[in-house]
Amino acid sequence: MAQTITEKILAWHAGRDKVRPGELINARIDLALANDITAPLSLEAFREMGAERVFDPAKVVLVPDHFTPARDIAAAENCVLLRNFAREQGLENYFDVGRVGIEHVMIPEEGLALPGEVIVGADSHTCTYGALGAFSTGVGSTDLAMAMALGEVWLRVPESIRLEYAGELRSWVGGKDIILYTIGKLGVDGARYRAMEFHGPAIDALSMDGRFTMANMAIEAGAKNGIFHVDVKTKEWLEGRSPRDYRIFSSDSDASYAEKIEFEVSDLEPQVAFPHLPSNVRPVSEAGDIALDQAVIGSCTNGRLEDMEIAARILKGRQVDPRVRTIVIPGSQPILKEMVKRGWMEIFLEAGVAVSTPTCGPCLGGHMGVLAKGERAVSTTNRNFVGRMGHVGSEVYLAGPAVAAASAISGRLTHPREVMD
Amino acid sequence: MAGMVLEGKAWRYGRNVDTDVIIPARHLSLTDPRELGEHCLEDLDPEFVNRVEAGDIIVAEENFGSGSSREHAPLALKGCGVSLVIAASFARIFYRNAINVGLPILESPEAVQGIKMGDHLRVDLEEGLIENISTGNKYHSPPFPPFMREIIAGNGLVEYVKRRLRG
Repeated sequence: MAQTITEKILAWHAGRDKVRPGELINARIDLALANDITAPLSLEAFREMGAERVFDPAKVVLVPDHFTPARDIAAAENCVLLRNFAREQGLENYFDVGRVGIEHVMIPEEGLALPGEVIVGADSHTCTYGALGAFSTGVGSTDLAMAMALGEVWLRVPESIRLEYAGELRSWVGGKDIILYTIGKLGVDGARYRAMEFHGPAIDALSMDGRFTMANMAIEAGAKNGIFHVDVKTKEWLEGRSPRDYRIFSSDSDASYAEKIEFEVSDLEPQVAFPHLPSNVRPVSEAGDIALDQAVIGSCTNGRLEDMEIAARILKGRQVDPRVRTIVIPGSQPILKEMVKRGWMEIFLEAGVAVSTPTCGPCLGGHMGVLAKGERAVSTTNRNFVGRMGHVGSEVYLAGPAVAAASAISGRLTHPREVMD
Repeated sequence: MAGMVLEGKAWRYGRNVDTDVIIPARHLSLTDPRELGEHCLEDLDPEFVNRVEAGDIIVAEENFGSGSSREHAPLALKGCGVSLVIAASFARIFYRNAINVGLPILESPEAVQGIKMGDHLRVDLEEGLIENISTGNKYHSPPFPPFMREIIAGNGLVEYVKRRLRG
């Protein structure tokens, strides 16, 4: 029976030849991760389960990235729980402030996620690693406790949607624009419980950083996972990151899909998701006159090297509007180091930008840029729900790094070509 | 959960009630369900936490619980006394979390259509029978798959794993 890449990976991890959509399986996992918000509940459940040791100290990762460096005493206390557990269990990969990155940027960088693996994380954006041809999905804290204790997770095998992107992207258009456009077409529950499988020439041409951005936001269409096939770019990106072997799976040509959708993206403009849903998308040229108070460039969606490079290209020799507080947050320490080495740090500082240590911070209204009532931000993050970045009366406009940087300069939502030409 | 009959008044909300409004991220340093419950739904309906009574039932349209994986969301609902959520559909991580922490949930687009804010409801969880006492209408919700019933009957995922670890 023909199968999709998602079905093949799950079958292998369930010790089966094949699985069918809708089946409930127990799958062996290759990595379990949690952060400073979700891990405290996981550790409580882990103890309640009567578990003493994690199933494998090399395959459990705790990442204190959300409210860190600790924003207040309660956040600091939660980090103590993670730190102590990591020491007690001898976790091989525990990164603290000064070494830690945003989990979904850092984990692939550190070679902790590989093609063909099954990865669960107590964070909804765990779907990011699908960019590497892995099955990865977000779960809750109790699920994660089971994964830490048994090295297994219960899953319903998802139906797959095949998304095909034809054409060639224009300049200033990237992975964020494709995925926002897609979510705009599907709706925030258009892929609910399903696997989103990305194909086509525009995807082949996309950088790995662009693919991570797209897989990251599969959850915003309600999907269980987003997944790409391994190609030469994936292999190059993985070189030297991990001593572990990996297995490459691919969908059979006659695999069955719940839906097949084709997009032509040659004319795609940079996209913006208006408040208060990631599906409320329009091209930036139709944004109208939206004056801004803040711009955020970073997060597990767009805190990678390519995102920083795009922002630096646009901000080079320019100043952000004094009314727009602009915050750049690289996703990891290696990215921050590169920013310094390549001279981008100086560009940002000269432009009047605040550069932060890696943290999820403002994306979920935690710290490092919380919005007041009536304020508006353009942000390269992933959600613009009511109150997401602060006051319930604030607004978040989601965009890629090019639109965010250009808009920081002009003070209102702007197409990058307007400041660059 | 088996054989349990719940009664309470309905709090009726729309589509895409996301986890950021169920429990805003500013409160995520908390883990105690009661403390979380004090802030439940405050960004969607500021009156809710002041007026919710133990046993009340949330009734919402499609994609309830969308967004983040925070288990704080079903815990906050439990913590403020909500006994059940009925929705036209649930976001998948919320669905898992609710089952895992023992917050009963039922899927029934028909019931959601037929229930207004403040209606008095009686629900038999085992039968999946939803009765709107205020209107006299009855609705059915499909039963859970056997594997999930096993988790629910065993009092949540913690107990399920406990048995596995002992065995």
